[in-house]
Amino acid sequence: MRIRVNGTDHEVDFEEDMPLLWLLRDELGIHGPKYGCGIGQCGACTVHLDGVAVRACQVWAADVGAAEVTTIEGLGTEDAPHPVQQAWIDLQVAQCGYCQPGQVMQAASLLNETPNPTDAEIDDAMSGNLCRCASYPRIRAAVRRAAGQEGA
Amino acid sequence: MGLGKIARRSFLIGTAALGAGVAFGVYSYRREGENPLRAGLAPDAAALTPYVLLDPEGVTLITPRADVGQGAASVQAHLLAEELDVDPAEVRLSPGPASPVYHNGKVAAEGMPLAAWDDGFAARTGRAASEVAGKLMGLHLTGGSTTVPDMYDRLRAAGASARETLKAAAAARLGVPAETLRTEGGRVIWAEGALPYAELIPALAEVEVVQDVPLRDPSDWRHLGRPHRRVDIVAKSVGTFRYGGDLVLEDMVHATVVTNPTRGGGVVSMDASEAEAMRGVEAVLPITDGAAVLADNDWRAFKAARALRFEWGGAGPRDDSLLEMHAAALDGDRDSAFTDEGDVDAAPGKRIEAEYRVPFLHHAPLEPATATVRYTPEATEIWVATQAPIFVAEAVARLTGQDREQVTVHVLPAGGSFGHRLEHEWVEQATEIARQVPGRPIRLMLSREQDMTHGFYRPMAMARGRGTVETGQVRSLDLAVAAQSVAESQLGRLGYPALGPDVAIVAGAWDAPYTLPDRRITGHRVPATVPVSSWRSVGASHNGFFLESLMDELIHEAGADPVEERLRLLSHAPSRRVLETVAEMASWNGPEGKRGVAFAFSFGVPVAQIMEVRETSQGIVMDRLWIAAELGRVLDPVNAEAQLSGGALFGIGHAIAAEITFGGAGPEQQNFDTYESLRLWQVPQVEVRALGSGGSIRGVGEPGLPPAAPALANAIFAATGTRLRRMPFSAEMRFA
Ligand code: FES
Ligand code: FES
Repeated sequence: MRIRVNGTDHEVDFEEDMPLLWLLRDELGIHGPKYGCGIGQCGACTVHLDGVAVRACQVWAADVGAAEVTTIEGLGTEDAPHPVQQAWIDLQVAQCGYCQPGQVMQAASLLNETPNPTDAEIDDAMSGNLCRCASYPRIRAAVRRAAGQEGA
Repeated sequence: MGLGKIARRSFLIGTAALGAGVAFGVYSYRREGENPLRAGLAPDAAALTPYVLLDPEGVTLITPRADVGQGAASVQAHLLAEELDVDPAEVRLSPGPASPVYHNGKVAAEGMPLAAWDDGFAARTGRAASEVAGKLMGLHLTGGSTTVPDMYDRLRAAGASARETLKAAAAARLGVPAETLRTEGGRVIWAEGALPYAELIPALAEVEVVQDVPLRDPSDWRHLGRPHRRVDIVAKSVGTFRYGGDLVLEDMVHATVVTNPTRGGGVVSMDASEAEAMRGVEAVLPITDGAAVLADNDWRAFKAARALRFEWGGAGPRDDSLLEMHAAALDGDRDSAFTDEGDVDAAPGKRIEAEYRVPFLHHAPLEPATATVRYTPEATEIWVATQAPIFVAEAVARLTGQDREQVTVHVLPAGGSFGHRLEHEWVEQATEIARQVPGRPIRLMLSREQDMTHGFYRPMAMARGRGTVETGQVRSLDLAVAAQSVAESQLGRLGYPALGPDVAIVAGAWDAPYTLPDRRITGHRVPATVPVSSWRSVGASHNGFFLESLMDELIHEAGADPVEERLRLLSHAPSRRVLETVAEMASWNGPEGKRGVAFAFSFGVPVAQIMEVRETSQGIVMDRLWIAAELGRVLDPVNAEAQLSGGALFGIGHAIAAEITFGGAGPEQQNFDTYESLRLWQVPQVEVRALGSGGSIRGVGEPGLPPAAPALANAIFAATGTRLRRMPFSAEMRFA
């Protein structure tokens, strides 16, 4: 069967119940999405389906169908970062960094839907993403910055 | 047996650690170890000190302290770059090989009863001896917030030595005096041009390494002391940063393990038939205490692992009996009484008493434990995120029966640690698997469930506090703390004895720089049951809570102001400074029915915090947190803020909701649904001030944690009148 990831079509053969996370990581070698819990509790695996954040560990790859999958690799690059990634760089959000691909994808999805979120909307949208290093104050500030709400 | 090995064999905690340094004398201490970069050095490369490698491609800086997210790679790179005149963003970084040359000179002192604020002769002598011991033992180790204090001079000196040697080589090649040359951006500049460092490799063969170069004055610094851009920040923001679980080697097999939740209980029987028949499964192999599944991807290995049917042996501990053991330890003999002033039993005034306790906690870094091992009879290679590469290499060599030299450790960056990656049980498991498939790299990734239930936990701890108040002041304080010994547990796993009293049981309490006429802090060692480990800020993680809660109760009883009374009792100037600073930041005007303050001194860093909460119909809301810390010197204000705030929030999150409990069949928490973590909506607005007022430079990864939970508990008392004496707080208090 066929799956479209970051603008590229892939022909793959896998079990019905293989979560999208593992198809991406182990079959396609796309390592940006991370495994943190496998039960939808941490958000480290967050990717977009047609621009909307989902937990890749909770989506069966077989259910993706014709939807466009975007991982952090498809959002921006080192040379041309997405505005959310740029805010993450400017404010130096990452500590260990393991949660950050998921945080960035969640934030990008939030700003797709709600370009100018309130603090409460930011907290709501981002609270499914754990950061064990507790980089939370900068996550909050970086979302605001990406939304153009803060200078620094 | 080498000197290092003998020294480590006799690594005694407590005052006895002094013996190791003294016994071996100065000769072997002075002798510099072989530069580990020379082994296998390409003919067109040069190793200038153990920290600077040159090849035709350019400069590689060796940053041997592990980066677990605390920014160690960046700060080490900047320390070297400051003297070497390279741009940290333009050079390559490598953690280097496992080598005793990269020993940690500061970490052994953490095991000794030396208060970091004590500058007396005995304390200075003790610290010097512990540095000798650290060197003799070849402790290539990251921990105890020691990277900056241990590497501050060493890396700058290495950078300066490499720079002056490069200038000498350029001078020889150009036939000009070295004094006419300067360095900038990885090049030696002379009157008519510039030579990139790499072009000087042949000329380096002609000159001696220049030693003992004076270090630049901080007023001339270009990198240190101002905001850095972390070397890893771009890769970590765009998703290209690679961790152990992202490593792919040719012919690699994916593996996961399932072992008895009661460690050491063994396997009574196993049925692997269903698992073995599953798609992608190559084999189910026995390992100590369980089995490994080998498959062609991680998910297939996880899925098959869930299909293994085990009957486990052994009976695990239970919380009720563990609590009884702690109570019994408090009634029993003391392990230590490093602070015993005046006579707490005869102290005058009104007496209060209280009991506190905290549960076991897992480090649970977000990246689960992962290791890749390739074994052949000739050599074993390991790729792993570890804080202690030499311990890993020795453990693996013991398992394979190989010489230490046949085992190579490639240190990878870590997706968090909080002390977890001082352990290496999963590397041993990966090695057991790899030995059964020689020649093929196996990449072991633990499932979150296996990782959560096989931690080496922060010990449960219990404390009894007593004290008296008189004429509006705190007069006496007596705190007894019972916990298992982390040193005994950790060193035991490495095969070393841990004799003498365990400082960690009382760390952060016995050495708090309060002055009272009558004060006693005693440690009580609980017999080893559950394996325990160093968890961010170690003993201070519970003692900050015990001491500052008791202090708050006494101050309340005395009717005094929580900031003023602490200031009255603190004689240590930097400690007073942080408390005054945080009070000013928060415009402190008493608890005002919403605010709590706490102070703690750990890893040489005094930290004061004020928390402001609000009681709502949904529960407690944390509104604001102010943090002030004295670091001696701040090398990177951006990272200092991140670590102090991260440490505090890590402490708060666990204090509110996290616990590992035991019900007879291993830990009862399997994943982040039951082992709860702080989430964004709970996070208060945080304001940090990191002071650099001089004195010894200190590390910042751990000291932010100890005062956080008591500041919250004290704020909740101000807001609600309920005194929280037990973690997790959510057992007794609702949080919004
Ligand atoms: S790995 Fe998917 S939510 Fe944790
Ligand atoms: S930066 Fe480490 S888990 Fe978020």
